[in-house]
Amino acid sequence: MINKVVANADEAIADITDGKTLMLGGFGLCGIPENCITALVKKGTKELTCISNNAGVDDFGIGLMLKQRQVKKMISSYVGENAEFERQLLSGELEVELIPQGTLATRCLAAGYGMPAIFTPAGVGTEVAEGKEVRNFDGKDYLMEYAFDADFAIVKAWKGDTAGNLIFRSTSRNFNPVMAMAGKITIAEVEELVEVGELDPDHIHTPGVYVHRVFQGKDYEKRIEQRTVRKRN
Amino acid sequence: MLDKDGIAKRIAKEIKDGYYVNLGIGIPTLVANYIPEGVNVVLQSENGLLGMGPFPFEGEEDPDLINAGKQTITTLPGSSIFDSAMSFGMIRAQKIDLTILGAMEVSENGDIANWKIPGKMVKGMGGAMDLVASAKNIIVAMQHVNKAGESKLLPACTLPLTGVKCIKKIVTELAVLDVLPDGGFKLVERAPGVSVEEIRNATAGKLYADDDVPEMVID
Repeated sequence: MINKVVANADEAIADITDGKTLMLGGFGLCGIPENCITALVKKGTKELTCISNNAGVDDFGIGLMLKQRQVKKMISSYVGENAEFERQLLSGELEVELIPQGTLATRCLAAGYGMPAIFTPAGVGTEVAEGKEVRNFDGKDYLMEYAFDADFAIVKAWKGDTAGNLIFRSTSRNFNPVMAMAGKITIAEVEELVEVGELDPDHIHTPGVYVHRVFQGKDYEKRIEQRTVRKRN
Repeated sequence: MLDKDGIAKRIAKEIKDGYYVNLGIGIPTLVANYIPEGVNVVLQSENGLLGMGPFPFEGEEDPDLINAGKQTITTLPGSSIFDSAMSFGMIRAQKIDLTILGAMEVSENGDIANWKIPGKMVKGMGGAMDLVASAKNIIVAMQHVNKAGESKLLPACTLPLTGVKCIKKIVTELAVLDVLPDGGFKLVERAPGVSVEEIRNATAGKLYADDDVPEMVID
């Protein structure tokens, strides 16, 4: 079996240079590739275009990269939780493209399925449709949206094997599998790296063919954005 | 006049046994508290979950298990988890029976605006544009008038649109209204103690009302 294992996050992201386009998995702070973000902050790579549903919070997730002014452009569906983000946006330091969440997910999917474009009704008749081709199928209008073209996809999985097969846990799955399929180079950090043969082939979410590098992550903080609980009785 | 919970209670009566339902943030989230006994529904969270359960007990929060509002939640027997592309796939393919969401403005032809106010920090549309463009059955939960007393049910939306000609039913603190296929708001029910005249005064768009509009029944 082909071995995709690299030593750590620093090695995994070593060839990410200034100006690249990255996909980063996660929804809010759930299922984000914490180790790779830390390594990117340490490396100081700049002028990055980041495709990610959200942009982290001020002191965690992609917010850490924003604070170091490493991001030139964010492509996201919702970016509300970050004061530094807002400051850079209003001052013109940061470019932002907001796109519908389903469009974002499906443009990843299209890239991973080898399809150049999708047709979606999301955004028809709104400012999202400006400059885009509209096609009518069976009486309903759809926007043509292109598959993403990302240099690197960086995802976080629960378990992975040395061949790059991945299994995600609970709703930390979110954008991770579709982004894993969409990168020219896909980097996966996992909570538990196991030998080939230890994962049931029937349980694999992302086949290793899509994954180029995998490593055992460490020190996961897994910060909760909105802690909501109910009282016992 | 209804409070937020009253609006949620009234909307809950629209939910039928066997429905898959997507609830937006705000008043729509409250609807989950008023689903009638014996009505089995499955709540979808568009980050990738069907079968959303209640908040966890204190100390049992799982950072890997959140809803679309990023709140910690639980699963239920029969829940399923999937990626975000599949989640919007089932929305686009109209497998979700009912979508309930909030709005800043709705127009008399069923346009909705709920994501952007010019001059204010824009946070993004999240999944709202996908939901309104694809859902076959949308109920809007909203305030009839803004804080300045101006109607939010308009001849045409003034804010940037989220979707066009997609809203068919609205529940406000004053009324239940249908959006007619050829345009205009049809008054279906009045909130307890609210007159047709009050509703007419609060509705800037075209309003159609029969002589005898029933009052809502809310338990």
